[in-house]
Amino acid sequence: AENEQPRGTPCTQLLLFVATPGCDGFPSLDSKEGYKLSVSEGSMLLSADAVWGALRGLETFSQLVGRDENGTYYINKTEIMDFPRFPHRGLLLDTSRHYLPLRAILETLDVMAYNKFNVFHWHIVDDPSFPYESLTFPELSKQGAFHPMTHVYTASDVQTVIEYARLRGIRVIAEFDTPGHTLSWGPGAPGLLTPCYVGKNPSGTYGPINPILNSTYQFVSSLFQEVSAVFPDFFLHLGGDEVDFTCWKSNPKISAFMQEMGFGEDYKKLESFYIQRLLDIISSLKKGYIVWQEVFDNGVKVRPDTIIHVWKESSPPYMEEMANVTKAGYQALLSGPWYLNRISYGQDWMAAYQVEPLAFEGVPEQKDLVMGGEACMWGEYVDVTNLTPRLW
Amino acid sequence: CAMGRAVGLVGLLVGLFLVPAVLVSTSLRHGAPRSDPEPEAAEWELASGAVSEDSLWPLPQWLRTSSRQLQLAPGRFQLVHGAGSSAGPACGLLQDAFRRYYGYMFGQSHRRKPSRRPLGDRAEPELLQLQVVIESGDPGCHRYPHLESSEAYHLTVSEPVAVLKADEVWGALRGLETFSQLVHEDDYGSFLVNESEIDDFPRFAHRGILLDTSRHYLPVKSILTTLDAMAFNKFNVFHWHIVDDQSFPYQSISFPELSNKGAYSYNHIYTPADVHLVIEYARLRGIRVIPEFDTPGHTESWGKGQKDLLTPCYSGGQPTGSFGPVNPILNTTYDFMSKFFKEISSVFPDAYIHLGGDEVDFSCWKSNPEVKEFMRQQGFSIDYAKLESYYIQKILDIVSFYNKRQVVWQEVFDNKAQLKPDTVVQVWKNNLYALELSSVTGAGLTAVLSAPWYLDYISYGQDWKKYYSIEPLNFPGSEKQKKLLIGGEACLWGEFVDATNLTPRLWPRASAVGERLWSSRNVTNLKDAYTRLTNHRCRML
Repeated sequence: AENEQPRGTPCTQLLLFVATPGCDGFPSLDSKEGYKLSVSEGSMLLSADAVWGALRGLETFSQLVGRDENGTYYINKTEIMDFPRFPHRGLLLDTSRHYLPLRAILETLDVMAYNKFNVFHWHIVDDPSFPYESLTFPELSKQGAFHPMTHVYTASDVQTVIEYARLRGIRVIAEFDTPGHTLSWGPGAPGLLTPCYVGKNPSGTYGPINPILNSTYQFVSSLFQEVSAVFPDFFLHLGGDEVDFTCWKSNPKISAFMQEMGFGEDYKKLESFYIQRLLDIISSLKKGYIVWQEVFDNGVKVRPDTIIHVWKESSPPYMEEMANVTKAGYQALLSGPWYLNRISYGQDWMAAYQVEPLAFEGVPEQKDLVMGGEACMWGEYVDVTNLTPRLW
Repeated sequence: CAMGRAVGLVGLLVGLFLVPAVLVSTSLRHGAPRSDPEPEAAEWELASGAVSEDSLWPLPQWLRTSSRQLQLAPGRFQLVHGAGSSAGPACGLLQDAFRRYYGYMFGQSHRRKPSRRPLGDRAEPELLQLQVVIESGDPGCHRYPHLESSEAYHLTVSEPVAVLKADEVWGALRGLETFSQLVHEDDYGSFLVNESEIDDFPRFAHRGILLDTSRHYLPVKSILTTLDAMAFNKFNVFHWHIVDDQSFPYQSISFPELSNKGAYSYNHIYTPADVHLVIEYARLRGIRVIPEFDTPGHTESWGKGQKDLLTPCYSGGQPTGSFGPVNPILNTTYDFMSKFFKEISSVFPDAYIHLGGDEVDFSCWKSNPEVKEFMRQQGFSIDYAKLESYYIQKILDIVSFYNKRQVVWQEVFDNKAQLKPDTVVQVWKNNLYALELSSVTGAGLTAVLSAPWYLDYISYGQDWKKYYSIEPLNFPGSEKQKKLLIGGEACLWGEFVDATNLTPRLWPRASAVGERLWSSRNVTNLKDAYTRLTNHRCRML
């Protein structure tokens, strides 16, 4: 009904209209985040296809409300029609190089919502520490965390993060990076990592996950069974980056295996062998997966719906990689130019802003395969004392 | 393992080590660097589990520790004035320090009630007290620290009481910080300290941090936190770059319009009470506060509240409406400056005021017909550096008249102003700064080095190593010249810094500069520094 009201009438309500129910579900890659906002005399209406769009619209609405010199809240007559250009807009936090207390993660989720980010890429474990408390393999964090009592994420912590994120329309994609970046897994899972050799004898140091043992795949299967159940998102990030072949090369049993399999001296084939079996495991758990670009670069056979995460800024230049990945028909995520841990003096936000994700040679169908990107905050020099001002 | 330390770890301390005669006769140096001691050849024992040494920062000039440990019971341990000290309970500065350091060592737990119960069955003897003995007749309790203050101290930690001797209270503060770094907790939560003896003094007398409260206002709390962190690192000069082009937060009693019109907002000012608080908080930590009122450039915000102070710029014979540096040709300028610096001289107790003098852009002066006429009258021709010097010299005279000595940025020297012999020149331009140090000291002037220590220039990774590896005396010059380099300052300019990121940006990178300025020249081992710095950093948190 149209009511004629005098100018400056106080607005008392923002009416929310959501077309499709789904308050209790989790956001996904296909979630609809579009909304319409209409502010005029006598009526303020926010309408969206799904609750996720309503969240985005509420954020925008809150940004429109101003305050004048007298302290009075006001809002201008406005019409907004909005939706994201890219469906995957993520932020990576690294809780292995430095543990981040729960409050730091939750605070980051709040700020992500202010900026309409919708994916929290939780790089939860890596070489330096294993803070994830696994109920199947409790020794992993007992032996691998910086401190098993204080520097861990309990099952309850993880659920808190997932729910806090969900309420903000943010997906939580956990990354359990293998076969490299796994030193912290070793102490709690004896026999998992490859023993490195010096000559004929073990040197006492360890390398990537040992790809030639059945026990490895049993372990990986059980672990990811748990991880798949704990993290509701369809996608898991499986890592697969920076696998150093030196340790594998030094190990005589592995050399023997290479011979048996006819891999020759090509350790990329061994890496492939592991990754393919891992991907099969994940698929059988009915999860999709994201992998770092090396998995693609090294010619591993991956399923067509794999998402390739482009992280190297150069060698090859990231735009070239984006072109290659999409040309091969895979979906891509861009992070190369957005490693925010690499700080520099001055207004470096401009360089990040000026990146055009689709500025590569390719046909429209290729460009459609770019799902979005992620800003990465690796943790070598970041902990709770400096995370927030470094990220935002 | 080989340690890159300047000092030899000597001998063992066995039993009670109380040799007052020896200690008294050990002359305590008065701030000026001495030549490095010869490493004493003697057996030395790796203090097993000597975690304490692994976290001393900055590294003392001379130190020996033993593996023998003493226990401290928080309920009974006390920091007290020793017999023969010229300072006692009336010394507020030390009383405050005792409370503060007790808190740092044992935590502010409310459970720490004084206890009479004897220690359990531990093998280690108990350390009951740290006695602080100030040796000079005038301890300095109620004074302000200055360039020539003695910061030397001698610390002996042995059963049953530890003794900290210092010439003046400033050395006691440094010694308390070191003592607090020696106390550590074992796996069971017991407080322990290794028997040790430390003889320490700073290599350089001027060890500063510059904060810029004009580009971004810094709440008083941020400044106080910075002063605390400075004390952890034995910094002793807070260079307060308080006003600049962007804003004028200093609330002047004589000229209230300066901040009324020039501050970002009324919430972004430092009242006289704020300023006094900062000065006293610093004093209690042995830190001098040197304010900088930078002129004639960097003064845009001054013009908002002080009409006719700045030079009107011209274009095509007409004023453009914009303004340049302070107008050096008007008497009113010097009347203002005289009154202004009279106030500053009375508000800030340090012997020095920093007058700035950097980056004066001549283009506005060149455009102004009255300035050009003045230049002609003075016979300066078209050499505007002469006009700048003319201005600066008059300000220096004004400030000298109020009995303050001056620090200036290097341009003032480079542009050949007549400086008083006790003027300090701050070298900040990174290009060929070693040559600049030679020139400044070669002209008989004192210098302070900042050029390689602009901490606002952040970069990825462990850049502390770059700051740590600077050797300030690496410039061509005689021994006499080298003595004229009195120290340095780490600068954190405020273009991209405010209260939300100040602390993690400044620390622990500034700590690298702190050790470079305090410790001996040959304390350069990065691996050892890394170990101590990582421990120190966690402690600072």
